[in-house]
This record gives sequence, C-alpha cells and structure tokens, in this order.
Amino acid sequence: MSKPYDASMARRNRIRKDIFARRIMKGLTVLAGLLVPLMLLALYLRARPILEAQPLTELLTSRVWRPLKGDYGFFPFMMGTFWVTSVGMVIAVPPSILTAIYLAEYARPRIRALISPLIDLLAGIPSVVYGVWGMLTVVPFIEKVAAPLLKRWLGVVPLFNSENPTGYSVLAGGIVLAVMVFPIIIAVAEEVLSAVPQGLREASSALGATRWQTVRHVVLQRAAPGVVAAVVLGFSRAFGETMAVLMVVGNVIQTPHSILDAAYPLTALIANNYGEMMSIPLYDAALLGAALILLLVVLIFNIGSRLVLIRLIRR
Amino acid sequence: MNKYKIEELFFEWLMLLSTVIVLGSLILILGTVLWRGLPALDLAMLTQIPKGGYYLGEEGGILNAIVGSLCLAGGATLLALIISLPIALYLQVYATRSRLIELIRLSLDVLWGVPSIIYGAFGFTLMILLGMRASLLGGIIALALLELPIMTRGMDEAIAMVPADLKESSYALGATRFEMAIGVMIRQALPGLLTATLLAFGRGIGDAASVLFTAGYTDRLPDSLFGPAASLPLAVFFQLGTPFPAVQQRAYASALVLTLIILAISLLSRRLAGGLTKHIIR
Amino acid sequence: MEPKILIRDLNVWYGDEHALENINVEIPPGGITAIIGPSGCGKTTLLRSINRLLEETDGIKITGQIILDGIDVYARGVDVTDVRTRVGLLAPKPFPLPMSIYDNVAYGRRIHGLQQVLDKGNGRNLDKIVERYLRAAGLWEEVQGRLEAPASRLSTGQQQRLCLARALAVEPEVLLCDEPTSALDPISAQRIEEQLRSLKEETTIVVVTHMLRQAHRLADYVIFLWMGTLVEAGPAEQVFDHPKDERTRAYLSGMIG
Repeated sequence: MSKPYDASMARRNRIRKDIFARRIMKGLTVLAGLLVPLMLLALYLRARPILEAQPLTELLTSRVWRPLKGDYGFFPFMMGTFWVTSVGMVIAVPPSILTAIYLAEYARPRIRALISPLIDLLAGIPSVVYGVWGMLTVVPFIEKVAAPLLKRWLGVVPLFNSENPTGYSVLAGGIVLAVMVFPIIIAVAEEVLSAVPQGLREASSALGATRWQTVRHVVLQRAAPGVVAAVVLGFSRAFGETMAVLMVVGNVIQTPHSILDAAYPLTALIANNYGEMMSIPLYDAALLGAALILLLVVLIFNIGSRLVLIRLIRR
Repeated sequence: MNKYKIEELFFEWLMLLSTVIVLGSLILILGTVLWRGLPALDLAMLTQIPKGGYYLGEEGGILNAIVGSLCLAGGATLLALIISLPIALYLQVYATRSRLIELIRLSLDVLWGVPSIIYGAFGFTLMILLGMRASLLGGIIALALLELPIMTRGMDEAIAMVPADLKESSYALGATRFEMAIGVMIRQALPGLLTATLLAFGRGIGDAASVLFTAGYTDRLPDSLFGPAASLPLAVFFQLGTPFPAVQQRAYASALVLTLIILAISLLSRRLAGGLTKHIIR
Repeated sequence: MEPKILIRDLNVWYGDEHALENINVEIPPGGITAIIGPSGCGKTTLLRSINRLLEETDGIKITGQIILDGIDVYARGVDVTDVRTRVGLLAPKPFPLPMSIYDNVAYGRRIHGLQQVLDKGNGRNLDKIVERYLRAAGLWEEVQGRLEAPASRLSTGQQQRLCLARALAVEPEVLLCDEPTSALDPISAQRIEEQLRSLKEETTIVVVTHMLRQAHRLADYVIFLWMGTLVEAGPAEQVFDHPKDERTRAYLSGMIG
C-alpha cells in the first residue's frame, strides 16, 4: 500500500540530509586542517629516539656522519641545503621579480595571456625532468664553460674556485632550483602587484612620473611585503626540493666552500638512504629527524609569508 | 633624451630580458628532453615491461612505469577528489567567514608548500604504523595527501567564482544549502573543478620523492593494491643511475614520455575549461 | 583671448563603444571650467583625455587633437610625462602614495629632479615648497607637526587636500578635478571648493561634477555633455540662465540625468 505524500515528512528528510552532509563535510575539513600538526607529530615521534640519543645541539653542529658507528651529524647536510638554496635564490630573485613587474605593469593583456600559461607550464614540469635537464645541460655547461671561466677571472675568490670541478656542484643545483622557483615567485609577485589599486598608479603618473618611477616609488613600495612573501615562498620551495637537486649536486658529504664544490643537501640525504634506514639502529630516526627539521623550516617560512599575503590580497 | 627616459628604457629592456630568460629556460628544458629523449623512444619502450637484462641495455620497455604511474596518480586523484570536493563545498557553502575557515585555508596553503619528500616520509610513518609495506595503496595515499591542498584550494577558488545571485535565487526557491551546493555550485563551477582535478593529477603523476618511500618499484605491472608499483619519475631516476649509456638513453626517453603526459594534461585542462560551458550562467 | 586648451575633433572608443563623438570645445585660461552632464555621458573620459591618462586603459582608441598652449599633446614627439607635469589631476578618491606626508608633496618634484636644482642653493628649499603647497591646500595647520607620519593615517578629507597639495607642488598650468568632493563629507568638500576658488587666478581649473549646485558655485565656464556628444559650452551665466539647447534646459531643470 502506498503511503500518502507527506510534505512535512519530505521536508524533514531534506533537512536531515542537509545536516548529515554538513557534518561529513565539516569532519573532512577539520581533518584536513589537522594534517599539518599530524605530520609534525608523526615525524617527531619517529625522530624521538635520535633526539634522546644525541642532544639537539650536537646533531645540528656535528660534522661526523657515520651511521654504522652511531654518529649522526647533520651539519654538512644543512650547509649543503643552505648553499644550494641560497645560490638558487640569488639567481632566481632578480629575473623573477622583473618578469612579474613586466607582466603586471607593462605587458598588454594579449601578451600576458600568451606568457602566463607558459609560466604555469614551467611550474608543472616534474622535478625529475628538471633533474634530467640539469644533468644534460647545466652540469656539462658548468664543467666545460662556467667553471674554467670563473676560475680564470675570479679564481682568487675562494667562492668561485674549486679543486675538482666536475660540474656536479652547488652552482648546478642552484641553477636548476632557480628555474624551478621562477614560476612560484612570478605568480605570487604578479598577484601582489596586481592587487595594488589602479588609482595609486594614476596618482603617480598624473604627476608626470614615468612608468618605471611609478613602479619603483609607488607600486613596489606598496607591494613590498608581498614581494618579500613571494620570495620567501620560492625559498621554501627550493629548500624542500629533492629529486632535481639530488641529481645535480654531486652528493659528497662535505661542507662546501665554493659554488663549484659538490654538496649533499638534507633532502638528498633522506631520499638516497631511505632504502637501508630500517637496517641500522637509529638510522630511520635520524633520517626522519632530518625530515622534521626540513618541515619545521618550511612551515615557519610558509606560515609567515601566507599571513602577509592574506593581509595584502584579501582585503 | 633625458635621464628618466634612459632609466625607463633600461629597466624595460631588463624586464624583457628577464622574461626571455624565464621563457627561454622553459624552451631549453623542453628542447633538451625532446632532443635527447626522442632518439631512444620506440614502440617497444611504450608497450613492453622490462625483460631480463633490461637494466644492462637489453630488451624491454617501461610499460610497468607508465601503467604504474597512471594507477598511482589516478587512484590518488580519485581519493583526493572524494576528500577535496566536500571540503571545498564546506568552505564555500556552510561557513564562509568564520575564523576556523580562514585557519583551514591558511593550513591548506601551507600544506601546498610542504615538500613532497615530507609527504613521502609522513606516508612512510603511517605505513609503518599500519604495518603496510611499500605498495600501490601506500603510494596512492601519499600522493593523495600531496594532491589534497592543490585540489582543494583550486576547487575553493573555482566555487568562489559562482555569482552570489545564483546562490541566492536557489535559496529563494527553498533549496537547502546541500541541494544548492549539489545542484547549482557544482554545475556552475564544473570547468574550474575539473581544472583543479587535472592540475592535481599532473602534480601527482610527476612526483617522485613521495612515491620513493611509499610505492616501491617493480618490473611487473601493478596487480594488487598491496603490491609495489613502478612509476615514471622513478623509472627516469633509476635508469639514470645505471652506468650504461643505453639505459641512460631510455631514462631520457622516459622523461620525454612523462613530459608529454604533463603537456597533454595542461592542454586538456585548457580545452575543458573552455568547452564545458554549456550550462554556465554568465 | 587665446584658449588654454583647444579640443578638436576628439573621438574616443572603448573597444566598440563610441564614448566621445566629435568633441570641439575651448577651455579659456584661468578660471574654473565645469564639465557637467548625466552620468555615463563621457565627462570623466573627456577630462582624462586632456592629460593623456586615458591611454593607459586597455582597448582604448583616441583620435583628434588636444591643443595645450598651441601644441597638440597627442602629437608625435610630445613627451607624455611632460604633459602630465603641466596638467595636474585631482582624482575622485584620494590616493595617498605609500610614503610620508612630506614625501607625498615632495614626490612630484623629486621625480622630475626639480629638487636637485633647488637644493643647490639652499638645502631647505624643498621644505619651503612642501610648506607652501600644504598651505595652499589648507592642510598645513593640521599636519605641520607630523610631516613624517604616513599619509595613510590622515582622514579622507585631509588625504584629499594632501592630494591637492601634491598636485600643486609640481606647479601645473592646468588642474583637472574629477568629482573632487564625491568621496568627502560636506565640511571637507566645502574646504576643497574654497581652495579651488582661491587657485583659479594662476591655474586653469577643469572640474567634472555631477552636482549641479557645485557647478553653480564654482564654474566660470560650463561644458555640457550628453551621451558622448557636446551639447553646449560657454560662460556659466549664459549656459545656466539662457541655455540654447532643449537638452541643456531639461537637464538643468532636473528632468533628465
């Protein structure tokens, strides 16, 4: 027997469905929000044995890495990361910001519509492909062209001189990283620059300022915190990049003294040794400790720059 | 010509030069991969799995890695979709301006910046906790986590573009929020949602550091969620690691295959974004 | 009397939209010229074509001549920054530059390198200039103790007067005002009007306004636009008291616009 249609029942059902959906959605949302703390907790728990075995200061400052003897010094790896990332940023920042200014302030809409997808494409290229490019192009270029030239012209400066330049070097890692962070810095900086009110530009150009004067004194002035945030986001991306760097920096455990020296960044340490990390005591704790350090640094930079960007853009 | 004109011209040239450097590096990368990869690419590479002696330069192909990558990224994208879409709808429909929502958005943005090796390490710890071994499922979970922020924020922004009038007219007809979300928002934002999904898929298929720990590698086609699975980025990486030039050639070819997949996804998402607009109110 | 600005056959298109059609009009030197008309009639477009700010808009097409002191500002070889130095602008909303009050006023002179010339003789000259124009804009009394404070801290009314001082400090021959009081409270609006009246001896002022009463209070000459065309122009009393055109009469009596 069919029941008579009951409108209030139907409505109650619809509302019940709404409430049910809402609960599920909220649950998933909160779970996603908890992901960062969960990651921190998980890595901390796995890294705890090494933190108990060796004081943190010793872990961070010791240069000795002998897993079989239980010596886990992160210093060379942290320096490796620091060198490669710094060189990458020095190379990446000027062209990225100038390109962002070009796109936001100078390029006609049609040109912008042509260039922006290409920059997105650059962002989409997988890191192993960057690595292959680095090995095939950047490394030989450094070995055959850049290193001899640097040695001849700037060889007196230790920074540009190396005993045994193979091309697999801090500089190679830096160049590859620079290209990888171009699209990140450009995209964020362009967005920040575009968020500067048009009236401000007009106020300046109505006084007879040239376009560059307006950009330099007004637009960049106003967007400065956001441009810094864009650079920091690029930095933290470079900081955590693994495969592409690993393929071109040479992976020699040492503290680099020159941009032509090989280095061994933290990320490469984790990726290269995961295979045996369960077979040596404390090894897994040490590697996950390295991951924890990485995550902490990236989190600090990311949160900082995101807070700045929220203030600047979503107003 | 005065000093300001010269300054203006100088910086304009500098900006053009920078743009050329950026675009030039894209062309250089694509060119290098194409030039070195194409000679080594043949049908056998795409249709065969590695045979005995493959890593010494003998017969075989990377079908295992192609299929593995499609399974990994496909599974991860599906999983991420199931989680992301409700989150994006929640952010846009139920709670738009609360503190909690801002915090969630911030944490998604921050997750976006977390390096993929950390997802690998985190996935690995989860697997140890659950007693799993390196497997297709493990890889899918790690990649889904990696894709989650990309997809959710992409969808969040796509849904945010839905005009407020449309939402209100749906409410005015007596729709519940859920009905409005399903009936109006998803349909209206469909191109944006698909673009976000494809973007996440592209990110997933190209990522190596997260599957390194979690999916393992095998010369066979993936046959079970609980067995290891090969992937293209790792195929590139491992083949490059051999000392044999013939195998290294194949690494370049594998990189080319991966790049072509990424290019195809990028083109497809552009086409879809333009093509699925039949029911969209402008 | 030679016109300060002579607009000849001016046509402006935004994409396909013909925003201004064959405008021919003269703006005499000195005094205040008000451009009036219903909203969307092209008042602001006409104003912004004078200092060539219009050409910054994407998809715009401009033809015709705007002759400032005998020279077409759109002619080849004319430097746009030079035009904008001679023709100042007061925008509808104040946009203080992201710097101090002092630097806002000094900005125009600094970018033109005018201060180097002046500083050679006496380092304090720029200070004098800043003070002079802050006074001219009627803001000096309120800000003299905090010249180094960020300009964004001022109230909207003060900001607009700062923008006036900033525009005056480059000593323009023409000052364009685009609804200069529309974002302001009545008291601030009245002060801006006072300042404009006191400036009209030395500067040719062109004001766009949709407030007829403001045009009545300020204008010496009136240009009436209607749907992108020029309907009537002439001395204020003539246009206001004896309009020749039916549309002008209708607009003035509040029947259209």
